[in-house]
Amino acid sequence: MYKYNDFDHAFVTSRNAQFREQVNRRISGALSEDEFKPLRLMNGLYLQLHAYMLRVAIPYGTLNSAQMRQLAMIADRWDKGYGHFTTRQNIQFNWPKLQDVPNILDALAEVEMHAIQTSGNTIRNVTADHFAGAAADEIADPRIYAELIRQWSTDHPEFQFLPRKFKVAVTGAKQDRAVIHAHDIGLQIVEQNGKPGMRIIIGGGLGRTPMIGKVIREFVAMDDILPYLESVVSVWNLLGRRDNKYKARIKITIHENGIDEFSRLVDERFALIRPSFQGFDQTLLSEISDAFDAPKFQRFDLSAFDKRYQGDPNFRSWVDTNISAHKQADYAIAAISLKSHGETPGDASSAQMRRIADLAKTYSHDELRISHEQNIVLPHVHKAHLPNIYDALRAIGLATANIGLISDIIACPGMDYCALATARSIPIAQDIATHFDALKLEHEIGPLKIKISGCINACGHHHVGHIGILGLDRAGVENYQITLGGDGTETPAIGERAGPGFCADEVIPAIERLIHFYMNERLAPSETFLECYRRLGLGPFKSALYETDQSKVRANAA
Amino acid sequence: MTVIINDEGFSTPEQEITYERADTLNKETRALDISADQDLNAFSDYLETLTLIRIEFSSFADGRGFSLARILRLMGFSGHLRAYGHVISDQYAMARRSGFDDVEVSKALATRQPEAEWLFRSNWSAHDYQTRLRKSA
Ligand code: HEM
Ligand code: SF4
Repeated sequence: MYKYNDFDHAFVTSRNAQFREQVNRRISGALSEDEFKPLRLMNGLYLQLHAYMLRVAIPYGTLNSAQMRQLAMIADRWDKGYGHFTTRQNIQFNWPKLQDVPNILDALAEVEMHAIQTSGNTIRNVTADHFAGAAADEIADPRIYAELIRQWSTDHPEFQFLPRKFKVAVTGAKQDRAVIHAHDIGLQIVEQNGKPGMRIIIGGGLGRTPMIGKVIREFVAMDDILPYLESVVSVWNLLGRRDNKYKARIKITIHENGIDEFSRLVDERFALIRPSFQGFDQTLLSEISDAFDAPKFQRFDLSAFDKRYQGDPNFRSWVDTNISAHKQADYAIAAISLKSHGETPGDASSAQMRRIADLAKTYSHDELRISHEQNIVLPHVHKAHLPNIYDALRAIGLATANIGLISDIIACPGMDYCALATARSIPIAQDIATHFDALKLEHEIGPLKIKISGCINACGHHHVGHIGILGLDRAGVENYQITLGGDGTETPAIGERAGPGFCADEVIPAIERLIHFYMNERLAPSETFLECYRRLGLGPFKSALYETDQSKVRANAA
Repeated sequence: MTVIINDEGFSTPEQEITYERADTLNKETRALDISADQDLNAFSDYLETLTLIRIEFSSFADGRGFSLARILRLMGFSGHLRAYGHVISDQYAMARRSGFDDVEVSKALATRQPEAEWLFRSNWSAHDYQTRLRKSA
């Protein structure tokens, strides 16, 4: 794992001292709330519905056990004993007091963490594939480049007051687990004539105007990456709209100017910027790369694992559902679901965090990952240890076997926390999970992604959910609009709006109609919901959704 | 009235400068005022004869001026660059790192954000990832 060097340490220390001073000036009145706002946002501090919220970056989703323990300590000491893991590989503390925040930041710095640029109109925390360094289908570890980009974007003097936020995601694999098509810039490591470089996707994003990113370059050599990114952001900084914040994101700039014109401007700027990079970034890259060397894998006897797998159906179900293939034979990537049926998606208590930290230390080469699907991953586990891990997780209520299934829902904070919300999202997620768990149907339904946002800003990724749910406010009543067929992977698609929304107590019956229709129509259990939707199209799913007399739907479909 | 701020602190602006706007720019122009939406390509022929360019910040939340300064430097402008208008002390390091020599703000802003707050950021070249990443190998 990457370790801060002296430069990083000194930087974070001085930055924290600056923020402590800014907080003092806010409290004394020297800074107006207007002027303090962008400064606190640059340091991850939001004002929510009930209190301040601190958003801490988990760079490229990677944590070690000491860091996880420190997060638990912060939750206990300065918050209400829990934290919320988000879709952008951050953890949010929902109840800190303004005067405590500088101390929290110092506590984070002790374990090489910070909250810099987790909000505000800056380049945000760079995210990466949560299976990085472990996935079987990977060309190179994306975290190496994400770390380089973290350093480049941190405190970048030109880019602290951009037209709007700017989000970057990196993947090193063909299978896209980092949603790179829904970021302002998505980077995919590729090879050309044996040389590594990046395929660059630009202008994706969700929010009120969802767009799938477009390829602006099929290949940019690694030593051109920082100047290329800088050129893109520089062009957008000057060209992006500042008269209307809903039109400020780069996706709109590209939509309005055309990708060809935008690309021409980037090339022009690149010619100017490239010579200012004289090579140290590449020296640094090779140092960073050493820090991400694979752990020393070990060998253990597998007979106990095999026996438990054969003999214990609950364990088998957990293994079949929550474990993914590791690049090393006999190793596994184990996902810990933060979606126990009926709980708040993404929440973890301090006790759970500490226990998970223990497991990482003992069984996963001291590494943890936070996924954008709001789950936690033990990336390097020998299969021989899976029974122990499973038992330990069961003891703390975290052994739910539902990764990738209907109850593995992404939900934004919604009306329960967020000042911008138009509807609740957490209770809808809880109800869906509890309902399908009671029916014992979720394994039979198979892979299905439901994603819920509590307003049009789409923090819950509903546009890329196979079933997306958007909570709106219709004359004071919560109303949930359903989109179908969204996909956030390497075959990206924005979900299609099915029609009029449903009130809160109609959502579950509506989802149930969709699921029953799908299960009746699928060619075989192996045809997933998304495949079935792509084969049949919106029409038949729409009639299933709105026809409450299901016998008619079946007759029509037949 | 305005105040000029650099690494040494506050000072009063030079009296004799008259700034011209882009539409009257000619080879005799020494000092030029530009707004944040200016197209810099129009200036490439004048970068050697200009000695002072002042870039306006109409709001501290509008960061275009930082990129304009950087681009002017990369285009080869070696004269004096001044950030003018609504710039706050927390942006001083950003302004210097982007290529500005100093900042000019209103008396009112300078009163609310006194000299000490600007001097707090006068060590702008310390802890700078950008300079580090750009060094030679
Ligand atoms: C509770 C306080 C929050 C506020 C005030 C907030 C605000 C916003 C706003 C205004 C947008 C729309 C930006 C645009 O379209 O330009 C947005 C988008 C987004 N936010 Fe949040 N958000 C919050 C929490 C979260 C959480 C908890 C997550 C992660 C679970 C999150 C992740 C995202 C994502 C992924 C997007 C959409 C992707 C995109 O930027 O295009 N946000 N947020
Ligand atoms: S989608 Fe809306 S309600 Fe949900 S967190 Fe984002 S801004 Fe808040």
